[in-house]
Formats: sequence, C-alpha cells, structure tokens
Amino acid sequence: MGKPTGFKEFERQNLTYAPVAERVTNFKEFSKLPAEDDLKTQGARCMDCGIPFCHNGCPVNNIIPDWNDLVYHGHWREALDTLHSTNNFPEFTGRICPAPCEEACTVNLIGDAVTIKNIELSIVEKGFENNWIQPEIAAEKTGKKVAIVGSGPAGLACAQQLARVGHDVVVFEKENRIGGLMRYGIPNFKFDKAVIDRRMEQMRAEGVEFRVNQHIGVDIPAKSLLDEFDAVVLTGGSEKPRDLPIEGRDLQGIHFAMELLTKQTKRVLGDDIPEDEFISTKGQHVVVIGGGDTGSDCIGTSNRHGAASITQLEIMPAPPEEPNKLITWPDWPMKMRTSTSQEEGCERDFAVTTKRFIGENGKVTGIVCARVDWSQDDSGQWKMTEIKGSEFTLKADKVFLAMGFVHPVHEGMLDELGLAKDARGNVSANMNDYKTSLDKVFSAGDMRRGQSLVVWAIREGRQCAAAVDTYLMGETGLPR
Amino acid sequence: MTQMPKKQGLYNAQHEHDACGVGFVAHIKNQKSHDIVEKGLEILLRLTHRGAAGADPREGDGAGILIQIPDDFFQAVAPDSDITLPAVGEYGVGMVFLPQDDAHRAACEKIIEDTITAEGQTVLGWRDVPVDAVRADLPESVLACEPVTRQIFVGKGSNCADQQAFERKLFVIRKIFENQIADKAFGDKAKFYVNSLSTRTIVYKGMFLSHQVGAYFTDLSDARMKSALALVHQRFSTNTFPSWELAHPFRMVAHNGEINTVRGNINWMNARRHSMKSKYLGDDLDKVWPLIPENQSDTACFDNALELLVMGGYSLTHAAMLLIPEAWSGNNLMDEKRKAFYEHHAALMEPWDGPAAVAFTDGIQIGATLDRNGLRPARYLITDDDLVVMASEMGVLDIPEEKIIKKWRLQPGKMFLIDLEEGCIIDDSDIKDALALERDYKKILAETQIQIEDLNVDVEVKQPQHDDLLNKQQAFGYTKENLKFLMAPMAITGMEATGSMGNDTPHAVLSNRAKPLYNYFRQLFAQVTNPPIDPIREEMVMSLTSFIGPNPNLLGLDDEEPTLRLEVHQPVLTNQDLEKVRNIHEATQGKFRTLTLSMCYPADSGAAGMGVAIESLCKQAERAVLDKFNIIILSDRDMDEQHIPIPALLATSAVHQHLITKGLRVETGLVVETGSAREIQHFATLAGFGAEAVNPYLAFETLIDMHSRGHFPSDITASNIEPRFIKAMGKGLYKVMSKMGISTYQSYCGAQIFEAFGLSSEFVDKYFKGTATQIEGVGLDEIAKEAVMRHQLAYGNSMIHKKMLDVGGEYEWRVRGEQHALTPETIAKLQHAVRTNNYDLYKEFADMINNQKGRLITLRGLFKFNKGNSIPLSEVEPATNIVKRFATGAMSFGSISHEAHSTLAIAMNRLGGKSNTGEGGEEVERFTPLANGDSMRSAIKQVASGRFGVTAEYLANADQIQIKMAQGAKPGEGGQLPGHKVDNRIGKVRHSTPGVGLISPPPHHDIYSIEDLAQLIFDLKNTNTDADISVKLVSEIGVGTVAAGVVKAHADHVVIAGHDGGTGASPMTSIKYAGSAWEVGLAETQQTLLLNRLRSRTRLQADGQMRTGRDVAIAALLGADEVAFGTIALIAEGCVMMRKCHLNTCPVGVATQDAELRKKFIGKPEDVVNYFMYVAEETREIMAELGFKTFDEMVGRVDMLDTDDAVRHWKSEGIDLSPIFHQVESSDNKSHSQSQDHGLDTLIDNKLIAEAQPALENKTPVVINTGVCNVDRSFGTMLSGKVAKKYGHAGLPEDTIVINAKGTAGQSLGAWLARGVFINLVGIGNDYVGKGLSGGRITIRPPEETPIKAEENSIVGNTVLFGAVDGEAYFNGIAGERFAVRNSGAVAVVEGVGDHGCEYMTGGTVVILGETGRNFAAGMSGGMAYVFDASGAFEQRCNMAQVSLEPVLSEDAALENNYHLGGDLETHGKVDIRHSLSQNDEKILHQLIVRHVHYTNSARGKEILDNWDASLEKFVKVIPVDYKRALAEREAEQKTKQVKESAHG
Repeated sequence: MGKPTGFKEFERQNLTYAPVAERVTNFKEFSKLPAEDDLKTQGARCMDCGIPFCHNGCPVNNIIPDWNDLVYHGHWREALDTLHSTNNFPEFTGRICPAPCEEACTVNLIGDAVTIKNIELSIVEKGFENNWIQPEIAAEKTGKKVAIVGSGPAGLACAQQLARVGHDVVVFEKENRIGGLMRYGIPNFKFDKAVIDRRMEQMRAEGVEFRVNQHIGVDIPAKSLLDEFDAVVLTGGSEKPRDLPIEGRDLQGIHFAMELLTKQTKRVLGDDIPEDEFISTKGQHVVVIGGGDTGSDCIGTSNRHGAASITQLEIMPAPPEEPNKLITWPDWPMKMRTSTSQEEGCERDFAVTTKRFIGENGKVTGIVCARVDWSQDDSGQWKMTEIKGSEFTLKADKVFLAMGFVHPVHEGMLDELGLAKDARGNVSANMNDYKTSLDKVFSAGDMRRGQSLVVWAIREGRQCAAAVDTYLMGETGLPR
Repeated sequence: MTQMPKKQGLYNAQHEHDACGVGFVAHIKNQKSHDIVEKGLEILLRLTHRGAAGADPREGDGAGILIQIPDDFFQAVAPDSDITLPAVGEYGVGMVFLPQDDAHRAACEKIIEDTITAEGQTVLGWRDVPVDAVRADLPESVLACEPVTRQIFVGKGSNCADQQAFERKLFVIRKIFENQIADKAFGDKAKFYVNSLSTRTIVYKGMFLSHQVGAYFTDLSDARMKSALALVHQRFSTNTFPSWELAHPFRMVAHNGEINTVRGNINWMNARRHSMKSKYLGDDLDKVWPLIPENQSDTACFDNALELLVMGGYSLTHAAMLLIPEAWSGNNLMDEKRKAFYEHHAALMEPWDGPAAVAFTDGIQIGATLDRNGLRPARYLITDDDLVVMASEMGVLDIPEEKIIKKWRLQPGKMFLIDLEEGCIIDDSDIKDALALERDYKKILAETQIQIEDLNVDVEVKQPQHDDLLNKQQAFGYTKENLKFLMAPMAITGMEATGSMGNDTPHAVLSNRAKPLYNYFRQLFAQVTNPPIDPIREEMVMSLTSFIGPNPNLLGLDDEEPTLRLEVHQPVLTNQDLEKVRNIHEATQGKFRTLTLSMCYPADSGAAGMGVAIESLCKQAERAVLDKFNIIILSDRDMDEQHIPIPALLATSAVHQHLITKGLRVETGLVVETGSAREIQHFATLAGFGAEAVNPYLAFETLIDMHSRGHFPSDITASNIEPRFIKAMGKGLYKVMSKMGISTYQSYCGAQIFEAFGLSSEFVDKYFKGTATQIEGVGLDEIAKEAVMRHQLAYGNSMIHKKMLDVGGEYEWRVRGEQHALTPETIAKLQHAVRTNNYDLYKEFADMINNQKGRLITLRGLFKFNKGNSIPLSEVEPATNIVKRFATGAMSFGSISHEAHSTLAIAMNRLGGKSNTGEGGEEVERFTPLANGDSMRSAIKQVASGRFGVTAEYLANADQIQIKMAQGAKPGEGGQLPGHKVDNRIGKVRHSTPGVGLISPPPHHDIYSIEDLAQLIFDLKNTNTDADISVKLVSEIGVGTVAAGVVKAHADHVVIAGHDGGTGASPMTSIKYAGSAWEVGLAETQQTLLLNRLRSRTRLQADGQMRTGRDVAIAALLGADEVAFGTIALIAEGCVMMRKCHLNTCPVGVATQDAELRKKFIGKPEDVVNYFMYVAEETREIMAELGFKTFDEMVGRVDMLDTDDAVRHWKSEGIDLSPIFHQVESSDNKSHSQSQDHGLDTLIDNKLIAEAQPALENKTPVVINTGVCNVDRSFGTMLSGKVAKKYGHAGLPEDTIVINAKGTAGQSLGAWLARGVFINLVGIGNDYVGKGLSGGRITIRPPEETPIKAEENSIVGNTVLFGAVDGEAYFNGIAGERFAVRNSGAVAVVEGVGDHGCEYMTGGTVVILGETGRNFAAGMSGGMAYVFDASGAFEQRCNMAQVSLEPVLSEDAALENNYHLGGDLETHGKVDIRHSLSQNDEKILHQLIVRHVHYTNSARGKEILDNWDASLEKFVKVIPVDYKRALAEREAEQKTKQVKESAHG
C-alpha cells in the first residue's frame, strides 16, 4: 500500500499550468505533470483502503490503489499493466476525465483527494516515453469481421478489444479524422490531438482498419454493413444538441457549441477552413448558454480568439462552494467548480433563464434574460419560477448553445435500421449483452446511454467488445 | 442406558465434552479397609460443585468409584449366587451393564460366556448387583435408561501362567465380546457396557450425582467391602444426556480434562494395526480390534490405548509417559538421559495432547500425571498414618492438621505414584530416571535417528523457472492478494501479517468463483472445555518436530533391530531438503527408499477425470508401500498445460486415509511437494490430513521472483527469503495448533482439527473420513471443476490474466474480485440514510444487503420466509420495544477511540439497548450520567482473558457481565495492544503503564475447562448479584453442546457469534479460516438447548455481521432473543471500512488513538439511533408479514424459514439447510422465560454481609470470625461487591472489615476483594485465591498445630492473584502454577511458586522467598518481582524475552545510583512502584518481608530478615525492559515539567 501515514504527511500537489496570459495565445496543451519523485510522493498519499471507493467511483473501475502503490515504489511498468488492464486509453481519461474517482477518494472525505488522475496520466505517458506500449497482436485470427460505426472512445475501445482477440475490425467515421467528439468536441489546448494519433498507430498495428469520411446511413446504407460483417457495433455518440427554440433563435451569430469547436480544431489540425465558414469571436461580446464542460470549451476558445467579453449563463442556481461531504461523498457532488477556461476570464451568472434573442439586421445583438427561483414541491420535484421584474438584457454578438445533447441523431442510420429506442430516444440495448433490437447489431457508448463522459464510453466499448466476442465465439476471454 | 438423543438437525452426540473433579485415596501400605471406600465416597461428595446437574436438579452427569477387588465381600456373597470363588487372584470379576430386555440380555450373556469358554477360562457364575434407585432418588430421565447391572465371575484357566497373564486374557476376552456384541443388532445395543473385567479392580459407576453412587449401589455400604485404594470421579458434561457408561472411572483411568487430538490418535492407533506385534499378547493381539470403538468419549479412547500398552508389556508409568510426555524438547533443565528417553519414544507414538489430570491404577499401583502445561489442578496430601489423598482441590476430606506431613501438588508434566505392593511413594524423578536408565537411549538414538540437516546427500536442487511462473501461479489459484497480504510480509518479516475488521465475503461454497479446496475447511478452536495455548509466551511446551517415514512397532518394547527415523525440526521443507528426502536411499544404505508419485492427470480428461486419477494415485501409493518404499512424495511439479493437478489436500488426504484403511500408513512417510501451498491454512490442512512434511516450491519461486523484481525492501537478500517464510509458517502453525490447545506437530498431524463447511458428506466420507460437515455442499464434481477453472485461467484465453494474477478481492474489495456485503454503495447508502434521517435510503441499503441473488454472501442469503398469516403493521409491538433487544458488539476502548466508543454508548442508552465495554475497562467518569441526561456507561462489561480494568467497581457497575470465551475474528487467540496505542488515558483505565504494550493471553487462565467456567460465573455473580452473567462463544461444530454446558454452569445469557465478526487486529489466517457461521451455531445451540430442556433458562444473543431487519428476524426465528451489531454500528457512526484499525491510521477517527485523526470523527449518537430504529422498523415489517405481534412470539419459530432455491448457483446447489431448520421436540420453552438459580442464598457471604452491616453502612470497623471449608467458594466476594457498589474502587478504610477464618477455603478465596476488607485465613487455600484482587488484603498461613514446614508445602493452588488490580497478599507456603498472572497492581509475598509465575504481569510487586518454576515472567511487561535465588539457578527458569535481571542494591548503593528520592514508602508497604524506578529497592523488599512475617509468622521470612545482608545478595530483581524504559521516560518527562513549572512559578 502507499505509505500508511502518507495522507497525513504529504499535501496534495496539483498540475501546474502555464500562466493565463501565456496560454491564451495559442491552442497548445498548457498543463504540466509534477516531477517523477513528486508523483511517487503523491502515490504515497493513497491509503490503500479496505474498500477503495475510488475503484467504484471510476466507471472503468481502474484498480487505483494498486497502481498508486506501484508508482510509490517506482514499479512503473507494472503500474502500466495494471492500468491498461481496465482502461484502453488512460492518456485520454488522464487528460479530460472529470475524475469522479477523486471525489470518491477516502482522503477527500477528510481533506484533499489523492491526485489519481495525474498519476494515471503519468503512468501512461511514461509508458509511451519508454516504448513499453507496443501493439498486442492477436496470436490467431478468428476470420470474423466486425464493423464499428463511430470512432469516439466507445468505438475505439471496442475496436481495440476485438482486434486483440483476433477479429477483423473496421471502424467507420463520418468525419475526416478518427476520434469523434474527442477529436473535434474538445479543444486542442485541453487535449492535444496527437494523443489520439499515437494510439491509432498501435491499433492499426493490432489490425484495426480506420475508414474516415464514411457516413453510414447517409453516404453508405447501413444495411450493407450487415451483409458484409459478422457483427456491427453502433457507437455513433449522442450528437443531437439541445436547442433553445425561443424568439430570435434564427438570428445570425447563434451557434451550437460544436460548430465553434469543430471548426476551430480542424483549423488547428491544419484543415483549410475558409474565413466565412470559420466562427471567430475576436473583439466580440460572447454569451455562452450552458454551464457545463462544453460551455467552458467555448469560453476557452473565445478567449483565445480575443473576445471582448464572455458571459456564461446557467439556469440552475450556483452550487455551494463546499458540498456537505457527509451526505455527498463518495458520489459526484454538486459544487462550484471553476474550469481552467473559466479561470482564463469570463462572467458566470446562475439561475438565469433566457427569454428571447434580440438582434439587428438579422444578427443577434443581445439576449433578454430573467432570474429564476428554484423550489421543491411536495413530491420533492424541483420547480423553477421566474422572479417577477427581474428581466435584464445582455449584450451579445455571438451566442453559443452548450446545453448538452438530447439523444443520438435518428435521421439516417438509426432510422434506416429501424432500431428500437428507449424512452429518451437512445438506442435500446442493455449493459449485459449490448444487443440492439436487430440481430448482430450492438450499440454502446453515448448512442446507447445518452450523453456522458469519455470514461463511460470506454467502459461500454470494452464491455460491448466482450459481448460481441461472446456472440461470435460462444465464449470470451475479454473482461467486462 | 443412554439418554443421548440420536443425531438430528445440527445436534450430534459426538460433540460431547466433559470435565470434572477427580480424586483418590489410598493406603500406602496396601491396608485394605472399608474406611477407604467410605473416604472415596466422601471425596465425591466434596467435589459435587465440580459436577453439574441437568434440567432436573436430581439428574447427574455421572459419578463413580474404582476400588480393588473386595475379596472378603465377594467370598461372602458369592455363595448366595451359587458361585464358588477360588482364592483372590485366581478369579476375575466383570461389572457389566446389560439390557433390560430379557432376550437381549440373555443373548449378551451368552456371547460373554461363550467367549470366556472359547478363550480357555471358566465361567463361575453371575451375580445380580443389588441396586436401590429409590434411595438414590434417581429422576425419571435417568431411570428411563437404567441398565441391569450384573457381575460375572471368571475362573483362571490353565492357559494362563500367572495373574498377569490371566489379566491380559481377560482384556482380550473383553475386547472380543465387546466387539461381537457391538456388531449384533440388539434393539439398543448401547445398553451393553462392561465397566471393568479384572482380577484386581472393579468399577461402580453410573449416571449419578456424587451422593447417588453410594446410595444406588448398596454393595458399597457393606462393611466387608474393603479396598486399599479408591479412585473417584464426578463428571461435568456439557450435555444433560450423559449416559451411564460415560461416567468415570474407566477400567484404568479417571480423567479431568480433554484430549484435543483424539481424532488423530484414534486414526494413528488404527493405522498401526498391521505393524504392531507383541510378544506378550502374541496372536491374541489380532483379537482386540477395533481397539478403539467409534462414538466414545476422549477418556474412553485414552483408556483403551493405555490398557493396550499395559497389556502389551509396558509398565503403568512407562505407558503414561508415552501417552502424555512432559515437554522435553527445548527444556534446558532436563537431564540428557531423560530427554533421550522421550526423544526415542516420540517416534513410537504421537502424544495424546490436551489438558489432563489423569489418575490411573491397575490395582497395585495408583498414580496420577499432569499434561505438559499443567492445565488441570491436582493436589495431594500425605498423613503420618500412610494415607494419601489426591484430588482436584484441597479439603476434600477432613483430616486433622497434626496428622498431615506433606501438602503438595502435581506439577506440569509430572507424575506421582504409590506402589501399594512395595508400600511406598515413588516420586516423579525416581520413576522417570529409572525408566530413562533402563536402556541406553542416547546410544539407540545415535544409531537410529537421522536429522535432515545431517543427511549427507549430494542433490541437485530444482531451479526456479521464471518464464512459466505466472501460468503456474494461476493454475494453483494464486491471487494478487496472496502475494501482497500473505506471502510477501512473511518473507519480509518472518511473521504473518495482521489485518483488521471482519469478514464479509462468502464462504467458499457460496462463492461462484473457483476457491482452493483448503478454503472449505474451518479451523477448530478451543473454547470453554479446553484452553488454547499461548504459542509465544509458552513456546516451551510447543514443538514442530516431525518424523518422516515408518513408525517403529509400538509394542516392540525391547526389539533389538532398530528402526531408522528421519526427523525434521519443522515440517516445511526447502527445495534442498526435499531433494535430500528424494535421494535418501544413497545415505541410508537403502534403508529408506523414496518414491515420488504425481498428483497430476491429463488435462484432456477434464473435471470428469479427477476421480479416476485419485483412485489410481491411492493404488500406486499402496503398491509403493508393499514394494517397501517407506517414504512417498506426492508431487504436482509436473503440472503444465497438458496436466491438471488434483488439489494437493485432496490427494494427500485420500492417500493418507487409503493407507490407514489398508493398515499400511505407519509403514511409510508422506511428504507433499505442491505448488498450491502458500498460506498458513494450506500447511495446517495438509498437516491435519496427514502430511508429515510439505515442500511449497512455487511459493518459494514466487517470492524469489518478487524479490528479483524489486518488490522487497532493499535490506532483504535473496537468501533471507526461504528461512523467513519458513519461520513465519512455523509460527503460523503454532498459532493454528495452539488455538485448539495442541502443542506438538506430531499430534496435530492427521488429527483433522477442522470442520468441513459446504462439502458434501459423500465427498468427506470418501476422502476426509471422520471430519465433521454440517451443511453439505459441493462434491468431487465441483471441486474438480474448480481445478479445471484455475487451469484454464492459466492456459486459456483470459485477456486480463495474460499479464497478471487475479485480483482476489478477499481482503480488500475489488470490482472483479470476490463479493462483499459491505461495498462502496452499501456503505454510502447507509451513511446517507442515517445522516439525513431517510428511511427510504435505508431500505435501499437493506435491499442491497438482503437480496443476494447472483451474489451469495451469507448462508442466510439462501433463506426465505414461509408465508405467514400477516397482520397489520400497527398490531406489531413498537420499534422502541424491539431496539431494547439490540446490543453493540464488544469493541474495546483502545481498539476504537473514546469518541467512537462513547457515541455508541450514548446511543444505546438512549434506545434502552446495551453497549459493550469490550476488553479494556471503562473510565470511571462514565459511570455517572451526563448533565443532559445522556449516559456514556456501557451496560455490558466485558471480562476477557487479559482482565484489563476488571475491578470490583467496574463489575459492580454492570447490567450484564460478559465473559468473552472467544471472538469471531480470532477464536482461540489472544490479542495485543501495541505500546503506541497505550496512551495515558488508556493506561489509566487498564491499570497499566502508558507506552508499554499489553498482551491478552489466548486462554482465560482461570478457565481451562467447563467447571472452571462455572466457577468464574459464580465469582462474577457474587461481585454483582444484580447483573446477568453472559458467556460469549463463537460458532463452530459442537458449539451447541458447549453452550448447553455453559447454561448448566448457570450462564444467564449466551452469545453465539459468527466467525465473521470484526477485530481491531488479528492475523489474516484467523480472520478468514477459523469458526463457522452464526446461522449454524445458533441453530445448533437452540436445538441442543431444547433437547436438554435448558433453553428457557438463558437468553440467547446472536452476533456476527448483522446488518438489517431481515438478519434480526432470521436470528430470532433460529432462536435468538437478542441481536448484537458490531461493524455496522461503526459504519453508522462514520467507519468506511478502511481495514486499518491495526495501523492506528483510521482516517475517520473511529479506530485510532491518534489525536489528530480523532478530530476527524464525525459520528453522532443520532446517527446510530436512526440506524437501529430503522432496523427495528424493518424487523416490524417482517413480523407483520409473518404474523407476529411480539418479538417473543417469533423467537425459535424456525418453521417459518425455508430455503430459497431461486438464489442458488452451481456450487450452492448441494447445500442442505434442513439441519438448520430442524424442529426439535421439547417440553421446554423456545425462548427465555425463567431465571437461573445461582444458589447464592445459602452462601457463607450472606453471613459475612450481615455481620459487616455497620461497616457497609457507616464504615464502622467489624471483626468476623468463621470457619470455612472447600465448598465455601468465592469467599468474601459478594461482600466486596457490596463495598464496591457503594464506595467504588476507593473502598473502605484499611481493615474496616477483618475476617478471621479457619479451615480449607474453597476456590476463588477473596476474588475481587475490595479495599478495606482483610481476610486472614489459617489453613489452606485452593485455586484462584485473590483473583481480580481490588484493594483488599489476604493472608494465609498453616495452623499452629501442623507438623509441616510451611515453606516446603503448598499453601495455595494455581492461578492465584490472576488479574489482581490492587491490594496485598501474604502466603506462608508455596503456590501453584501461574502465580500472579496478569497482576496489574497487587503486592504479594509467597515462599515459592510453580511454572509461569508472573506471566503477562503489567504492574504490582511480587516477592518470592523460594524457588520458582520454569518460564517465570513470560510476557511480563510491567511491575517487578524479587526472587530469593538461594541456588543461583533462577536465570534458567526465567523467560528472558522481555525482562532483565538485576541485583537488589543495598540502600547505600541505591542512593549513590539514584540522585533523587521520591515517593512515600511508609504507606503500609503498599509501594506504588509506578512513582519511581529503582530507588529504594532494599527498603521496599525489606518492608514487604517484614509485613509478611507480621501477618503470617513466616519462618522463612524471619530467617531472611535475621540474615539480611547475606540474604539481600541472593535476591534477584526482575524488571521488564519496556517498563523500565517507559518509567525512565516518564521520570524524565516529569522532571522537565517540574523544571518548567518552577521556572514559570
């Protein structure tokens, strides 16, 4: 175990960031891991709990205490094996996971959690550095072919697992690069896209074939996959954004967040995006509607563009600065979180509803908002009421809608296949066999569970791979 | 003749235990008289309190008397039966119990007569033994099984040369007809029994209370009934259905104690059948088998073995030494020749191990011997007119003091013999020296004994192969946890690692993962009926020596052809050792020949192939022995992708038992070379099922591999690894053996000290015969399937396992590991529920625990409720009533923080339930309620083996006093509170020194046996007559029978705890592998108590990982009146199951004494109250469903339970719960409904209290004069309880109550004697004088008229001043074993002590003016002893592990050495040593001796004082090293403080 008294002796040490003034000038990653010795010390803070709540708090069930201890004792390579045994892509989660594990960490109950995420990242980066991460090529091929539609984390995890047990795997992606939302939905300054390319290299060596610019259900009939492949896994994500159908919605300058982010990243990656297609916020007043991570990404991007002002609106009230851990721990608590992008500069306003957009010449110029009050009714349901006379207007040249996604896109592939959906409009499949209503068609990730975290997508991709392997072979050696 | 119910439900008569009082009287010169017979019967009467009565107070457990053949009497009465007797010695008499049924009786008689005739002897006739059941006042239950008692007279035939030959022939005849009649199916064959058949002795016994013996058998009151010896016995049986034949004496012995290893002893005895030859018995030897019938008591088996040895030519004493050898190995005080004698005999036979005071006789000699550890009392006296009286205690006959010339005791491992024909007493050393010199044993040993290290064989050691290591590990079921928690710590530290908290994972049979076969066995442990041993502090009695290879002929007394023996000092063989064994023929000229047999079989035959493979292996082994291979190695080294290993335990036991059945086992050694053995449990089970040695090659490879990968600290070298691992295994085996009270590996080997849990009886009967299994379960198919699963993990396609071992998840929760009840979800859910007062959240929690579909964890997970006539919830009694039946588990202040401890107490007091102090006392302030009405006082005061903080005041402040016999997490073990956890506060509560570690011994040193427990219950009831006395037991097979004994011993309350209970620190092995589930233990207890009609007299409480209302309801239906909760109550107040209690790093301030971490404690009494109210509410809902308005209605309604087949999985298919749900027919109530009669009304203390009223009321001094005798037990205790209740620990002013007593005091004189009470006894004391002494003073001296020298004779018995806290004691004479054990503050002077003096002492001062026994000061961590070491030999007798010896400096020298003086030494000699360190030694000592002389008129004391300067030089001061350090630190600290204060002042 780490060091029995480590949590008492050592302070938590976070990532270090480049100064704001410096980092907002570019789209490069700006966080830095502590030095190796410091990381070992951070590993020593792990208490090796009899019940490691982090292990459960983590959706892929990373065996956190084990690798904390291995890092503390300098056994990096074994730590890497342990880490990879539960997570195909620790370099993804080590960068962009909100780390529910750290909320669940027992030290968090009484102080500052162990820096689990940083340790995870350091293990995998050390692995790459030392060339320990090599293709794991299946000894024998099964001759079975599997199509995976959608190359986000669920699709990639599923693909890698299936390739490793000898199936021929083809990943279809509608965009021009592999990675799904991870590629274009997350700005490069938070997640350098070379990280995905590096992993793809390993996967190619393991036998995964990537086909980009293939929009199944649009360019290519989905049914053709059924003929060509022994199994088809749908991991197309939950891409239907939540809209705000209020007065003035059709004014220019109001975009879904993904438009901004995708174009920006494509440009960073070297694609030629014409200026008239590109969305720039330089010198403009920006309002971001939605208080989540995507909202933050819009803020970070806008700051890098040189926006005149940025305001972020959230309909929910401001969460408490410090949660009552006694009734939240080890679960994910509602608490005031400030992202690095928010830190770089923006106004945040809570309990605000948007009533209408106003504009001039077909262009948005402002938003009429009102303050709301939240209260619980007798059945415990939260209800929102507008506070009379609280209306106010915000100046806005650009508005980004970052209110999340409602469900997968139905048009095209899903409609063509006629798959059953659940009440929320997601593809219906359970978490044991991941089977859809159509034989040999499986679904995993956001497409099945609705919008969620990368780490959940990896979990589903892995479990779905085990289900597919069982379906194809009658049994499986893949872990769930 | 027997009332024993047949096996039903979980009850099985085989679990019967007994203990008792034993005694004899003999005339040294063989003068026969009727007086001796009468005296024998008188002794019986005086030992009544050591026996017990059943549900009917007239129903005895059995009593009897053995005397010499009363020839005068028989000559006189024989003619009445038309019998003509020849001269004495020419005829034998058989005392026979026969069936009442005429036809059956006639048939038995015919077989007997025919056998006698066939063997060439004459039937002289039968005599009806006159009996008087009316006069004996026998109850209906006893009369119902009364046999017909007849005597058969046998005339010596011409084929017998002399009386001894005739005696042997009678033995053979008896064995023949016993076995023949046993084979016949007479209605109830048990009704036939032969008490004795001898030319020299006769036994009268039956199912009696002691006074009924003489009344029933009118023969005994006939004046012509004469004998020179009388051996008597009063039995205390755990059950109330003892049968007539189980009464003692047997043909040669009467026994007080328990043979722990009896299963193994019987097996080995049977295994010798074909290798045994006797020149005395000749062909007759073949006729005596089976020598030891099944279903007898341990003593009966012992008697059979002793008889065989004596008939086979051994002298009585020689045979006794062979069966119960003293601890010779490692005894530096023993003569070399005697050691050689024992060492030679060790190879002949394994010891019959266990607490034993055995009195034996053949009618010519009578004697007694004590087990190696002196665990039973035996004291004797000799008079000037040649009478010897020996008994379990003094005072059993009224003999004028002036006639007594010697009062002494039997010492551990010692023997005492009277040869009536020679007319002399032969003492231990004379007997043994004579035998040791009979042959030149040293020479024989030199010729025959081979030690493995001396074996000169060049061997090539198999080298580890790292490339295939992971696969091998997986095929043998290794997990990451094996390496992390079990193996690495052993290789690093040489010790097993410690863990904490309880076990919430499923038993092997409930788990749907592949489990090692080892895990299906639960270690048995000693509770109540025999004591566990302390393998560390009392290591001197332990031995791991093992013999590999053929046993010599047991009856080949003077065989000239010596048999070679291979000896190993411990049974774990290195690879090199093993290769030596494999090639041993090279070094022994082929006398030893080893054959290696493979335990592996082709993988392609799969699970189905295992049965055949085992069969073939057994055949191969049999063939090998017949081919004269005398060592067999069973090996799985050739396991690979194509070969599956049979589980090594299965292969070993199968071969072992096969060879036993074939009578070949003792002709070969059995060594196991296996990759599977890696934990202590593995080695223990292999040993227990027959392996003489084990080579764990893969464990070694694994550790070396870990080392090479840098997983060990840098100071560990590769060469350290094997020795440390082996050392740790040795210690672990000691622990496992000692928890059952077994001290030698040789006895443990093959003794099967396990119960099977979840194995089918078909499987067990086939491969593990004789092992108990209660709930059925998997068979060979599933076991084989598990082996295949492991093999596939290694060589299959599991992705995760290509690079690493399975996570395990047994010791820490893991997602892909074993199931746990307590998970992140359940803990969070519960804590959120109680903190937000949300019953719905609780219900979610409860559902997660209760519904075990797909994840079976507990046996009760398989239960379901039957449909009842449901009633509205409102009709069920309120939750506020139900919570009164709840208690929190025993968790000591010390293991958990003050905050955690008092929060539970406040909560339970608010609810009206009970909290438990746990071991370790309670702060006095907590006895007073808080201003807001809350109270931190724990209603239950625990009394555990360490007796920390157990003062009269503590006991007086209890509602219930709980004697902890065992703890679920580590039954049969003691504990240790490390010095760093003993802060000032804990030191104060425990009356110990801060900073000094504290040891709780494995046994209660005042409970080695059931009648001892009865005595402790009696003592405690006396201290607080208002408190209920509770006894806490842990589930294991037979616990119901133990509980019955406990209830007969008058316990008001019995706790049945599961194996899974929590702990603050315990060895990993114990947490996982000892004890059984409470569901089974509780059901067995309920059934046994009902069968005994004892149920209604006691309250039953169930304990062990209780969590929900469903658990409560199930416990109640199975028979629990109450329920206790441990772990879950801690979770309600914030525990998050870190399992770090033993590290003091609990981050939530629950199980830590760290001041910083204690601040993190977040629990509130409200949280705990909420939790218990929820549980009660859930219970109510179930009650409403089942139709019970009150809890009482629900208790014992086992008919409402059934098996839920829907939740079974592939392994749990075979589980049969019907024994648990068995309904017993009984006239008794199913729940508690009447109180125990403790018999307090007639006690002498009532008189004392009456006379002491002025003192009790207003401190007016009183003087009381009284006589006492041995039946006056716990004298002064009830009186002290009254003092403590009113005046607390401070008590009364000195000598406020002075009691001058005369006579022999019963046991526990002055137990918990309060300050201000002074008992001045002229006479003699028995065991436990001054137990728990709480400030009072006890002095004992012999009467003026005695001719004996006090300093050379016994004055008190064993275990005197055990757990004394405060006060003074002066004894003018010598004390027995274990004087002042666990003394924490009393001052005592005595003139000599037995073995283990001052063991575990933590405070106080003891002065010994004479010799001590061995192992003085073992585990002593505080206080001081001054020993007058006249011979200069003391150091050899002292256990130097924790103490240093110093001279006692004269005052001048001391003054020079110590620049300061402190403390007031003039305070009546009660020197508070804790104030100062080494100054004033002389003054202290002198003063104590002055007081000793003052109170006892001691001649020895006077002599010393008269020659003070010379005497002083002979005194040795014994001081614990840690204590000295702690005192020095404190002194320094105080000085700094003083300096600071003066600076500031």
